[in-house]
Amino acid sequence: MTMKPGGSISIWFFIGISLLVNGLLIAGAGIYQYLYPPALENQVHLFHLHAGIWWGGLLFVLGVIYCYHFNPFRSENKG
Amino acid sequence: MIATLALAAPTRLVHLSAVDMIIVGFYFVLVLAIGFYLKERANTGEDFFMAGREMTAWIAGLSFLSANLGALELMGWAAAAYQYGILATHWYWIGAIPAMLLLGIIMMPFYYISKTHSVPGYLKLRYGESSRGLAAVSFAFMTVLMSGINMFSMALIMKVVLGWDINFSILVSSITVAIYVTLGGLRSAIFNEVLQFILIWAGALLIPILGLVEAGGWDNLKTRITQNASVEYTHLWSTTGSFSGNPMGIHWTGIVFGLAFVISCGYWTTDFLVVQRVLAAKDLRAAKMAPIIGAAFKMFVPFIVILPGLLGIALLPFKLVPESAVQPGMHSYNEVLPLMLARYCAPGLLGLGITALIAGFMSGMAGNVSAFATVWTYDIYRAFFKKDGTDKHYVQMGRWCTIGGVVISIATAYGVMHFKSIMDYVQALFSFFIAPLLGTILLGMFWKRSTSAGGFWGLLAGTLSSVCMFVWVKLDPTALRYVALSPHARDMAENMYRALWSWIICVVVTVVVSYLTKPKLVSELNGLVYGVTEIPSEAQVPIYERPLFWAAIVGIVFVILNILFW
Repeated sequence: MTMKPGGSISIWFFIGISLLVNGLLIAGAGIYQYLYPPALENQVHLFHLHAGIWWGGLLFVLGVIYCYHFNPFRSENKG
Repeated sequence: MIATLALAAPTRLVHLSAVDMIIVGFYFVLVLAIGFYLKERANTGEDFFMAGREMTAWIAGLSFLSANLGALELMGWAAAAYQYGILATHWYWIGAIPAMLLLGIIMMPFYYISKTHSVPGYLKLRYGESSRGLAAVSFAFMTVLMSGINMFSMALIMKVVLGWDINFSILVSSITVAIYVTLGGLRSAIFNEVLQFILIWAGALLIPILGLVEAGGWDNLKTRITQNASVEYTHLWSTTGSFSGNPMGIHWTGIVFGLAFVISCGYWTTDFLVVQRVLAAKDLRAAKMAPIIGAAFKMFVPFIVILPGLLGIALLPFKLVPESAVQPGMHSYNEVLPLMLARYCAPGLLGLGITALIAGFMSGMAGNVSAFATVWTYDIYRAFFKKDGTDKHYVQMGRWCTIGGVVISIATAYGVMHFKSIMDYVQALFSFFIAPLLGTILLGMFWKRSTSAGGFWGLLAGTLSSVCMFVWVKLDPTALRYVALSPHARDMAENMYRALWSWIICVVVTVVVSYLTKPKLVSELNGLVYGVTEIPSEAQVPIYERPLFWAAIVGIVFVILNILFW
């Protein structure tokens, strides 16, 4: 099944870019908060789970997979 | 833009950090980039209005669902879950899944084989110009109103949650939508809807996950809801045997016949806003699969919409109140989703959550605007004002109409600020236009004897009767006992029953008038009506690639979910 009706760049490539950039920013912010935790009264609930790191990491990995798989410059994705 | 965003008003529920602003800003850049990229692919009418009819089942299916997943949907139903408990899930399960499967398996072949470009276009082929005109005008009217309501809701959310100025939110979001839809047409709207769908899940999914961790699992969550509200808030069907036995004041007959049959089937099978996405599919099999894929995902939307509302009942240390009862320091039901977002989301995650809300709004608005442009250009302008224009002329009209639709939506957004209850207004619009249209379309597709006059007068009678019932109850609240069959029925129940009555009136009038007038020749109904249309066989397709097989799987999961949460 083709995933790129409408042009040579698949919509899934755009989604990959979005996940990759957002994942990077969220994981980065999570790591920063892990290294420099805010004051206790400013912490969100379940802060100790550091959701930003693993959720951002997950989005980043998915973004890398999508960007690679639907990369318009890969030979099998051209046209 | 980010610098302007930072000029926030003094009162707000959450504070965005620099990284949150970058995430929101990046989203706007990406949707505009997609619009500019697709500009070159929107030169013909078929490209601009129908996305070239080349969407895969997955893209059409996700877009079909995303166009419905607007800001009202996300915030409104999370609030409804806080107010009414798990009963709100009916709007996602029985109030959506059967209708989506009906569209995919039974109705899609007629829309697709007739090669119509819109639902009013189907009415033209089946009943003639007068029915098409009536449906097109009422759809155009409803669509821009809905778009305006959605826009105002979004601006209100941004004001309450982030302290952003209402005018700023309305202008930035609507101009962005106008640019990318005007440039790339339906294809751009669909591509962005798929992106928005993914972002909505990425931004909202963490709330129920962390909420369930904090509550200690589903069983503990139910115990807490029972303590903080009542046990009725955790049951889907077992409390609907009487109007007074559940928080919504609704009887199961209203849910099954009013919601599941009339409102849901009307919306998911005849509202061109969603049907347009499926008509853009590349072939009949993709068109049949798209609503089934949409239904599969729709079943899990309560996880990101209803569950946060239930978690709010169980975990928030204060009670939320109706909008009309909010005092300083208090929060309304409508704020439950952002409150839960602020509870768990640190910088970065918060930006993604806010992006999810903005994406929800923009996908809903783009859906309304692109559907409006098609119906206005093909079913009103070309049909009644300029029949002999060139394809290029109609594409140009579509682009101007997109901008015009956005401008009218903005005007509507300012208009609805004066209405006390926006949700009342939205539900009323559905019962006015969608419920009778379902009767007209069903009879048109499945009854050869229905005539042009029958279709027109049935649709008109159904619409007018619905408006009259609405006005009757507004002027005399005791009339509720007749319209909704019980004086205990609440707003939601009234909407269900009003829709059911208007559907019945439409069907009865259509049948009576049809028997009094001359039917069309059978040869004229080929491709439009069941029994005289040859539907391509799928016998040579492997069973796991057949739409019916996947519809059965979705249907089985749907039944299991209803039993589990009975």
